Amino acid sequence: MTEPVLSVRDLRVEFATRRGVLKAIDGVSFDVAKGEILGVVGESGAGKSVTGAAVIGLIDPPGRIAGGEIRLAGQRIDNLAPEAMRRVRGKRIGMIFQDPLTSLNPLYRVGHQLVETIRTHTDLSPRAARTRAVDLLAEVGISAPERRIDGYPHEFSGGMRQRAVIALALAAEPELIIADEPTTALDVSVQAGIIALLKRLGREHGTAVMLITHDMGVIAEAADRVAVMYSGRIAEIGPVHGLVQAPLHPYAVGLMGAIPTLVQETDRLTQIPGAMPRLTAIPKGCAFHPRCPRAFARCHVERPEQIPVNGHRVACHLYDAQGSVAA
Amino acid sequence: MLAFLLNRLLQSVVVLFTVGLTAFSMFRFAGDPVNQIVGVDTPPAERLEIRRALGLDDPVAVQFARYAGAVLRGDFGISYQFRQPVSALLAERMPATLELALCATLFALSMGILMGVYCALKRETLLAKLFLAISLVGVSLPTFLIGILLIFLFSVTLGWLPSFGRGDTVRLGWWTTGFLTASGWRALILPSVTLGLYQMTLIMRLVRAEMLEVLRTDYIRFARARGLTTRAIHFGHALKNTLVPVITIAGLQLGSVIAFSIITETVFQWPGMGLLFVQAVQNVDIPIMSAYLLLVAAIFVTINLAVDVLYTIVDPRLRLSTGNAR
Amino acid sequence: MSEAAIASRGEPLARRSRWARFLDSDLFSSFRRSKIAMAAFAVTLLFFTVALAAPWISPQNPYDPAQLELMNSNLPPLWQAEGVRPFLLGTDDQGRDVLSAVFYGLRLSLVVGLLGVLVSGTLGIGLGLIAGYFGGVLDTLIMRVADVQLTFPAILIALVVDGVAKAALGGHMDTDATIALIVVSIGLSFWVQYARTVRSQVMVEKGKDYVQAGRLIGLSSPVIMVRHVLPNVTGPVFVIATINLALAIITEATLSFLGTGLPDTMPSLGTLIRIGNGYLFSGEWWIVAFPGLALAGLVIAINLLGDWLRDALNPKLQ
Repeated sequence: MTEPVLSVRDLRVEFATRRGVLKAIDGVSFDVAKGEILGVVGESGAGKSVTGAAVIGLIDPPGRIAGGEIRLAGQRIDNLAPEAMRRVRGKRIGMIFQDPLTSLNPLYRVGHQLVETIRTHTDLSPRAARTRAVDLLAEVGISAPERRIDGYPHEFSGGMRQRAVIALALAAEPELIIADEPTTALDVSVQAGIIALLKRLGREHGTAVMLITHDMGVIAEAADRVAVMYSGRIAEIGPVHGLVQAPLHPYAVGLMGAIPTLVQETDRLTQIPGAMPRLTAIPKGCAFHPRCPRAFARCHVERPEQIPVNGHRVACHLYDAQGSVAA
Repeated sequence: MLAFLLNRLLQSVVVLFTVGLTAFSMFRFAGDPVNQIVGVDTPPAERLEIRRALGLDDPVAVQFARYAGAVLRGDFGISYQFRQPVSALLAERMPATLELALCATLFALSMGILMGVYCALKRETLLAKLFLAISLVGVSLPTFLIGILLIFLFSVTLGWLPSFGRGDTVRLGWWTTGFLTASGWRALILPSVTLGLYQMTLIMRLVRAEMLEVLRTDYIRFARARGLTTRAIHFGHALKNTLVPVITIAGLQLGSVIAFSIITETVFQWPGMGLLFVQAVQNVDIPIMSAYLLLVAAIFVTINLAVDVLYTIVDPRLRLSTGNAR
Repeated sequence: MSEAAIASRGEPLARRSRWARFLDSDLFSSFRRSKIAMAAFAVTLLFFTVALAAPWISPQNPYDPAQLELMNSNLPPLWQAEGVRPFLLGTDDQGRDVLSAVFYGLRLSLVVGLLGVLVSGTLGIGLGLIAGYFGGVLDTLIMRVADVQLTFPAILIALVVDGVAKAALGGHMDTDATIALIVVSIGLSFWVQYARTVRSQVMVEKGKDYVQAGRLIGLSSPVIMVRHVLPNVTGPVFVIATINLALAIITEATLSFLGTGLPDTMPSLGTLIRIGNGYLFSGEWWIVAFPGLALAGLVIAINLLGDWLRDALNPKLQ
């Protein structure tokens, strides 16, 4: 088996606040292979975006990576010096943010921002960088790129801006792209185009994509594998088909119930009662147990480890063969 | 954008018109102009004659039109105190004030931006906190007190810099400049700092607040995610975006530097228009007062328009959209 | 005053609970947390006390020419070699005790400042209510004048008002008239901010149902407006007034420094500084230094208090 592009092991991220240390990410592990799209899903505050920020080294104080390892193509990057990490950002890992309207500096032409990024990471001459910028815009599906390159962000539509943002993330041909809610701020009609673009990147360039979203519909359509996060931990991780069709973790079951599909009957639209605990008050044992319809005594006291089941890994006592009998 | 600028131009005309009306009213109704020309013991018949000669019996509207016409021709009347045309007096004093205002402005802008950027980027350092403390004092203290303090320190105690006047000046046509002599430069330092300090603290606080705001934006985060160098992010992206709103407010502030120079000129006996104005107030020399008001308003309005134009050049969003974009 | 009297006579309980409520309020707890605010408050309080008590605690009445002796002129502070009792901070060229002059000057500066705030606040709130309530031409007129006035620094407006009034009244004025004139100049220079704040609040309230409802049942809507709008603007107006007090004191001091304010015979802090400024080069630094320090301390303390108040009442701005 070839080495994964991204390998995260037992990642922990903490935020020091006046009331004490908050554990935003607590022991998260996953891999993303070449050309693979890993969907990371969960409610807001589950730690999806923090995980993405940790991988690209953009956790700002008072936050810090408190433990674990992040490897990019086998090389450890979580302990790099700031300057070395800066060279990784944009060159080997690209990132796309939620809001294309605010991701671009309104005062600079799109071309300037592209050329600036390209020249930061390569030795290209200004002219060659500009040629490459035009190619990139064409690649992400912007028509008339020779003309568009001299436009300002406000002259682009929302979907076009997100394409320009993707072009910026691709500028130095990174091995990994972290897409943090790339379609949330866009119209539904534009979403499909962006998802298709992300999928094509994996197919044609072998780019690994970490797709962070709260939208199960996007995951179902785009991802190869899915990691379901809850309260800073991964509840379940596995191939997208299995996870959508037959989720194991009770939280994932509830989450899949939240995908609105026309074919399925209405009773699948179950809602999970309650809300995710705040970081200041994560319950003992399994963090999900106060909301879990199938919680039992052990869930209140012992934190579940990940258990391999049917090609998934699930952190739930229900599937622990040695523990109480699964229902 | 053209509509926007036209709108601002119209506003400027309204401002000038209102100030003109005020200046005219001062002229016409504050005291009897005849008294300023003749003595108290002049017989009434002669007074009536002068009234008619001055046109004081005409309808007020006609008088205002006549006044406005004269002002537009650069005729602000005769100073009661100096018995000379006000325009000549102002022209003679103007270079001193403008050179002082220019130096104060440059000082305020350069130091304000520098300190503001430093305070935003190195928020936790001792120096940044010191700058903030100084800015509080700078905003609070009256200008004349700062001037006196500087004189006490640098003129009285240390004897380094002159405490009054312009030093040696050189005449270039009708303009006199202190920029060409060493003593002229030395004389400029203390007044410029005094006059610019208040604006400097304002600009510094503004730049700091604005830059902190900009550093939190998505495009700065995205610029970091693109792996740009810290320098490119701070000085290429953040600074430019910071300066756009700063231009407007700084411009408005700097317009008032000229008017603020009244106090500084008095403290340093700087032979400019402000000193002339203070003397005019003390001696109730209405023609000088009204002319000065009009002049300050005109300068302010011009600066405002220039700021608007500059703003549209710097911000592409305004350049291309129409007037209602703001 | 009358409120307290009623409370103490009729319902001491209600009064205590109001005090308790104040102690419990967010404002007070924010005050307790801010060391700067407490220090600024203490200093301001000290200045007010000194100003109030000036006639009783000053060694000399600086306004009474009979008490001044030229023999005692230009004495240095007591701790210097030539210092003479009882002139703790020395004397000026008239033989005036600097300490007493500072106490009385402080009193005068605060009186003029407070009256100036009162005038500008009343004027601004009144004009703001009128502009917001009646709208139309009146609104345009008032707000245009406000815009134009913002073109000029307040000190310039104050100087012009001062100069024009002198021209209109002609001749010499007594001290009371001078004080009144300065107060009016300050009032006319600083009303704009109040007016803008009140006007925008009126705009908000005007559309609300109770005003419409009040109109339907025949209530006088200006009365409702005043009753509903004013409580809503107390916070902002109070903040403006605090900062305005510092500005008013500075403006008075500046006018006096420029020689168009209070006369030498009845000196405010600004007048004292102007007089002392003339002796800076001859080495009599104490004549300017102590009034200067008093003015700086007073203004900085009030400004700090205003800054804190603005942040405390406006958590969004932090």
